[in-house]
Amino acid sequence: MEAAESPRDSGSYVLHHLSNLKLDLQTMKIDPHATGFWVLHLDSAVFSLLLGTIFFVVFRRVAVRATSGVPSGLQNAVEALVDFVDGQVKEIFHQENKLVAPLALTIFVWVFLMNLMDLLPVDLLPYAAEQGAGLPALRIVPSTDVNITLGMSIAVFLLTFGFNMVYKGPIGFLKEALTHPFFIKSGWLVVLNVILIPFNVVLRIVEELARPISLALRLFGNLFAGELIFVLIAILMAQAGNGIGGAALGLGGIALSLVWAGFHILVITLQAFIFMVLTVVYLSLASEHH
Amino acid sequence: MEFATLLAQVQSSTVLAIGLIFGLGAAGTAIGFGLLGGKLIEGTARQPELGGMLMGRMFLVAGLLDAVAMIGIGFALYFTFANPFAAAVKAAVGG
Repeated sequence: MEAAESPRDSGSYVLHHLSNLKLDLQTMKIDPHATGFWVLHLDSAVFSLLLGTIFFVVFRRVAVRATSGVPSGLQNAVEALVDFVDGQVKEIFHQENKLVAPLALTIFVWVFLMNLMDLLPVDLLPYAAEQGAGLPALRIVPSTDVNITLGMSIAVFLLTFGFNMVYKGPIGFLKEALTHPFFIKSGWLVVLNVILIPFNVVLRIVEELARPISLALRLFGNLFAGELIFVLIAILMAQAGNGIGGAALGLGGIALSLVWAGFHILVITLQAFIFMVLTVVYLSLASEHH
Repeated sequence: MEFATLLAQVQSSTVLAIGLIFGLGAAGTAIGFGLLGGKLIEGTARQPELGGMLMGRMFLVAGLLDAVAMIGIGFALYFTFANPFAAAVKAAVGG
């Protein structure tokens, strides 16, 4: 493990900021070089759970103390959020279901909070963790870890499968899977439906698999690229010690980081919104009767 | 000496691939956003009262357009910083 003051070249600085805090579950030790299935990204797990807990605690407190008189600022904000998500769900999901709107609210706020960690200065928490607890690496944005985003999208995938079963029944689901989109309704060509079944199945499988993968990688790609640009701007700012040209680069880096942070606020909110809307759309597609 | 040549070849191909990923992704996304923004302005000009709703829908589709380009960028950055092809060459030569 290197000391905090050792000089790093930009390549290893970037790689340091791209490596998670890996806990090897077989030896129960924090090992930066651990590979394989039994490795837990401790930083992603802890931060995502922490942010989820903050979401629950804050919203629960506001809900318990809600007044119908003049609301406080926090109650106002929470009410606006819940109204917004409720409106979106009502537009998209046309059945009666008690799971969908709370699920949408959880996804929106949780993904937003996870993405929000990207706005903290790149070295702030990792440096503090290195000084305070000797942790070799720390990545504070859980949605830059593809495990987290894939975990969420696989959960949504399983939910859509469950919704399909509940709303259409196994027979209805099978009938839909085998006859969409190619089907001959009447006439003597009806026997050809048997030949069309494998095409329908393949198309269905591709479509069903593409959804969770694209959902996960969209969020991951956006946040990973954003975080990496923050790290590269930090390298630019680090040149501030090298004379006049370096000072100019340092000032440029500060300006650039403000500009990029401003743009990134839009990306953060948008990606959380898109994850939520696509989840509700997939659930509504899984539950509609033709 | 030969290891350096092999590594250089793999790295130059990787750099070209990264450039193509970024460039083609950006081109497609730019054309898509341009069309989308044009339609938004047109729609708002026809019915100004729908302006807010149209802009919300535009941002939604913009996020979807971004998706594959971002996935490409994610892969391109992976190739930049943890190139598996260079690792394969190192393993073949050193291992």
